[in-house]
Amino acid sequence: MRVQRLQDALFHQVTRFFAFSVLAILAAIIASLLYGAWPALLEFGAGFPFSADWNPVADKFGGLISVYGTLSTSVIALVVAIPVSFGIAIFLTELCPPVLRGPLGIAVELLAAVPSIIYGMWGLFVFAPLFADYVQPVLSMTLGNLPFIGTLFQGPQNGIGILSAGLILSVMVIPFIASVMRDVFEVVPGILKESAYGLGATTWEVVWNIVLPYTRVGVIGGVMLGLGRALGETMAVTFVIGNAHRISPSLYEAGNSIASTLANEFAEAASDLHVSSLIALGLILFFVTFVVLALSKILLMRLGRSEGEKT
Amino acid sequence: MMQSSVSTKREMSFSHLREEATTAVAHGAEPKIKIRNLDFFYGSFQGLKHIDLDIQEGMVTAFIGPSGCGKSTLLRTLNRMYDLYPGQRATGEILLNGKNVLSPDQDVNALRAKVGMVFQKPTPFPMSIYENIAFGVRLYENLSRADMDNRVEWALRKAALWDEVKGKLNQSGLSLSGGQQQRLCIARGVAVKPEVLLLDEPTSALDPISTAKVEELVHELKSEYTIAIVTHNMQQAARVSDYTAYMYLGELVEFGLTDEIFIKPKRKETEDYITGRFG
Repeated sequence: MRVQRLQDALFHQVTRFFAFSVLAILAAIIASLLYGAWPALLEFGAGFPFSADWNPVADKFGGLISVYGTLSTSVIALVVAIPVSFGIAIFLTELCPPVLRGPLGIAVELLAAVPSIIYGMWGLFVFAPLFADYVQPVLSMTLGNLPFIGTLFQGPQNGIGILSAGLILSVMVIPFIASVMRDVFEVVPGILKESAYGLGATTWEVVWNIVLPYTRVGVIGGVMLGLGRALGETMAVTFVIGNAHRISPSLYEAGNSIASTLANEFAEAASDLHVSSLIALGLILFFVTFVVLALSKILLMRLGRSEGEKT
Repeated sequence: MMQSSVSTKREMSFSHLREEATTAVAHGAEPKIKIRNLDFFYGSFQGLKHIDLDIQEGMVTAFIGPSGCGKSTLLRTLNRMYDLYPGQRATGEILLNGKNVLSPDQDVNALRAKVGMVFQKPTPFPMSIYENIAFGVRLYENLSRADMDNRVEWALRKAALWDEVKGKLNQSGLSLSGGQQQRLCIARGVAVKPEVLLLDEPTSALDPISTAKVEELVHELKSEYTIAIVTHNMQQAARVSDYTAYMYLGELVEFGLTDEIFIKPKRKETEDYITGRFG
């Protein structure tokens, strides 16, 4: 009897230690990022994230180019990946013949297991030339002529740049978003879908009006998981983004994301201020991820309230 | 011109003949639904065997029988709900207003709008009470805001739910009690103005008071709708239905007026089931 109580107490302590170590590691990371970034933040002040200056020779640094690269590639990735993943998940749960369901589902999950360096190499050597030859000219001739967004699709057609990086990222996040969506779509009670079909709704109407609202927490969670990967992805983006420190109105132009800047420059950072600025970029990435998570929580809360769940 | 007039004449004489024929059988009324030689398969398993059954307009027809006898399956063939599942198929004829709904060119969504269904468990949609009703109406009708408000109120009154929810139409349908949720589902089914209402054990998850309310509702609704109800509860069948079908192992054992089935069944099996000696 006493031994069992001792075991329980020990178990309790051990699990608590594990749980709290997460908090400790998080705090340690924030502290060391702040410590490392401090010289750069002192030198450039609060304007650091908003300055487009990045000149290692003159020791002038600002984060805007990298932040823009990270955000724009992630947005492109999500814009492409969300509808595609939605389609994959709907097909797998609602329309797919049962024999195909297993193999297709496994294929989607395998896509998530491909190492990012492979995506990077594939992106640079296979995707980029094809993209430059066949897709970019078409996009320029069509979307490129539209007012306002036209300039996004004009520029050098060499297959690398912000748009290519975003598209590679979308391929990388699709398996995450699609498999989460599929899992949550599968838990929708069949009887609930039947009730909507029973009113004469089509598959699309059932999915859009019943399945999606019912699973919105999981769907948004899946999108956030994908966004998290897109924001932090380093290797694949470094390969195809072009690594140029400039901001251009065209998505065809080369750019840099936070992660690709860090990967490229850490080894050769000469001055202390350069190193500190890179760490400051890391801090910004951390902050952006945190804000994205917080926003998604707020979004979910507001959605819940607007549908009168908490009365 | 000639041809069309000839064909109408022929149709007229046909329908005239058919009316005369059924008059003898079914007390003067053309049945709303005629099921003829219906077989149903789950893959290779035969769930229904040679069902012949008439469902009368403006009446309540109850399907009773032990679990697995095929009564829910029969109900689900009437709006072709089985179509959602590969491997399930039905052969034979189900004539709704004289038109075979099993034929491949039947628009399934239009059929389901005409033949509404309520399930064992309440299934409110994840939206407000108002939207729960409006959702189905919007699929087939384009109503103004005011007309929609009226329709929602009308449907909720039909389901005897209006007084309980009129102050909180914008709250989630999930915030209601189980009995209220089920009446919401009935209101939702009524709101699209179907011709037939299928109730698949609508009270099996409800407490006795809610059950009584739903049964009362069935009684109210039958003047305007043709109702088919599946139930495990024989007292319920006796209380709410005009006709009763007793099924066993996928076959229709006996069908007739509820009073006759419950008081003086023709078949021994039916009597055994009804008196509780079996089932």
